[in-house]
Amino acid sequence: MKNPRAIGIRITFLLLPIAISLAIGAALVIAVGRDPLEVIDALWKGAFKDTRKIGGVVNFWIPLTLVSIGLVVTFRAGLWNIGVEGQMMMGALFASWGAQYIPLGESLAPLLHLLLIALAALGGMFWGAVVGALKIRLGVNEIFGGVALNALVNVISIYLISGPWQPRIGGSAQGTEPFPTPALLPEFSARFPTNIFMIALVIAAFLIVMVMLNATRWGLNLKAVGRNMRSALLLGVATERTSLSAFLVCGALAGIAGSYRVLFTFDNLRPLASGGIGFLGLLVVLLLSIRLLWVPLIAFAFAAILTGSTRLQIALQLDSSLAGVLQGMLVLFVILFHGVQEVFFPGTLADDDTVEDSATSVSSVVKENP
Amino acid sequence: MNEEFLNTLGSIVGTATPLVIASLGETITERAGVVNLSLDGSLALAAVLGFAAAWTAQEAGVLDVPLQIALGIAVAMLVGALIALLVGFSSIKLRRDQVAVGFVLTLLAAELARFLGADFTRIPGPQITRFNIPLLEHAPILGPVFFQQNLLVYFSYLLMFGIWFWLFRSSGGLTLRAIGERPEAAYARGARVQRLRYWYTFLGGALVGLAGAAYSLNVKPGWSSPPAMQGDGWIALAIVIFGGWHPFRVVLGAYLFAALRAVSSHIQTNGLFIFGQEINFPFVLLNALPWLLMIITLLIVSGGLTERLLQYMPRAVQRRLRAFLRSDPPKALGTRFEME
Repeated sequence: MKNPRAIGIRITFLLLPIAISLAIGAALVIAVGRDPLEVIDALWKGAFKDTRKIGGVVNFWIPLTLVSIGLVVTFRAGLWNIGVEGQMMMGALFASWGAQYIPLGESLAPLLHLLLIALAALGGMFWGAVVGALKIRLGVNEIFGGVALNALVNVISIYLISGPWQPRIGGSAQGTEPFPTPALLPEFSARFPTNIFMIALVIAAFLIVMVMLNATRWGLNLKAVGRNMRSALLLGVATERTSLSAFLVCGALAGIAGSYRVLFTFDNLRPLASGGIGFLGLLVVLLLSIRLLWVPLIAFAFAAILTGSTRLQIALQLDSSLAGVLQGMLVLFVILFHGVQEVFFPGTLADDDTVEDSATSVSSVVKENP
Repeated sequence: MNEEFLNTLGSIVGTATPLVIASLGETITERAGVVNLSLDGSLALAAVLGFAAAWTAQEAGVLDVPLQIALGIAVAMLVGALIALLVGFSSIKLRRDQVAVGFVLTLLAAELARFLGADFTRIPGPQITRFNIPLLEHAPILGPVFFQQNLLVYFSYLLMFGIWFWLFRSSGGLTLRAIGERPEAAYARGARVQRLRYWYTFLGGALVGLAGAAYSLNVKPGWSSPPAMQGDGWIALAIVIFGGWHPFRVVLGAYLFAALRAVSSHIQTNGLFIFGQEINFPFVLLNALPWLLMIITLLIVSGGLTERLLQYMPRAVQRRLRAFLRSDPPKALGTRFEME
């Protein structure tokens, strides 16, 4: 990449999607009669005004990064794990069960936390395994299996909240009673309300998956399955087991992400506790063409936009869905402009851009030919 | 037959209409080889913008009520068609993955609907009114079920027969099926594959938009957040698979889902009685039924399970049962076609 013109074009294509998304976002804001600069100000203050706010960003970053790491794994295997949202929710349900029924006191709190997180991972793996089994064994496309299982776990959680787990006083579908204190993950400090152990866990998961993907036979198998199922099979890769393992890994990470929502963010179980973070993770990974390295950074940017958007409602009476609009547009234009670059300026692509291929092969999943 | 029962059937046909129109639209798009996965978001965005257009015209008092409705429908169809075109363009011209773009558009359109709909939440607006078809409305059984509806519902009947005729009884339909099954062969025979794919994606998207308007101007009037039709886009996509990309079976699937939903909401409001005995269980669990049905139908039509069970059947029955139960997608669905 020594050619200055090629570098110029690459930089242009990096910035153009961002510029266009911001321009359309500004136009939308003007269309509903607000000042775009005020919106940027509110977003910024909502995310970074003080350490408490930054803690809030981290609290979105933790589950978002976890699911995104998991989704890199399933995408590598050529699988569309839209069920990740439900896997988060199932993890949250399992953790909520443990938080209410495992009788461990304050003195054993760290042990209890480990147990609850392990339970959540199990819950996520269970729901991931169902999507995987439906896909691999029974030929049900994982996109539809995932969407249906997302809806099913939401029905189950509403049933639990309005039935067996309803609060003793004022039972409604709002949420369970707050969990006992020993079960809740502690805040680092009131100034910086986030959980250090979970941050460490995210970093560990990132490093482990990075090594697993790039330096083990398993990582190679995943890639082979994702690129071309048939040739992987001919090469002797246990394709079914590899695909299922991808669902299990992603499910476990999503389950842990779900546990953070109920054991830290909310302190109880609520309907839709996963809050769309799983879907946002899909956007993060699509934006990066399935490259793991930048996941923590992009997840942080998305988490900041999400946290900042909560201020839009208060400061400007503007719907917080603007955050989702901005994120969605950004990902859409990155994908589209990547195509423009590939089609019209094929000489300017970096070598690692070929990773996109594994996303392209994903389209084969809509054709089920058992 | 019991009048109340017939009215219930009639209301099922009415509430199923958006699903019918959206699934039929997606059917022709997919028949051409393009997957428009964005349905769940496009329905919402088309619904809210269609409603907003009709409502604005009503407030301004510039048009008669039928024209307000027509304006809303036109806007909604345009929204659906443009989103679909974006999927088509990114796939055909820019060689992007249809599923990825469709999924991003699902989320983006849903968020955009929420953002733009914030000012239109829970306000009354113009609605499509009922129009009984003279003579036919008095037909025994069929009258109250099918012919005491509104124009959109009648349009959905015509659409079903029209698409069936086009697909299987016209030369244009032969080409349409060819570009979804074997685009190279169709191209060799002179079909303009890319242009036709654009056209059918556009048309299918416009129908999805129409379905959106059918929600906000008729079945679930107005706009609310979360949107009343949330999840229906996915169900419509599943119905297309269940329907084996055949208009009659697709419509049957849509009615089946609507019927199941009607039964479950009836039980949730009135309780469940079997032989006069009240049966009690947590009725919220009934909300799981449509999704369970979705998994089960996909299991039957696309899974290997059916194939294994068929092996145990007498050979004579096997083939007919297989044709009835299984559905195979257009062979080139979701793939790109490159002209040499």
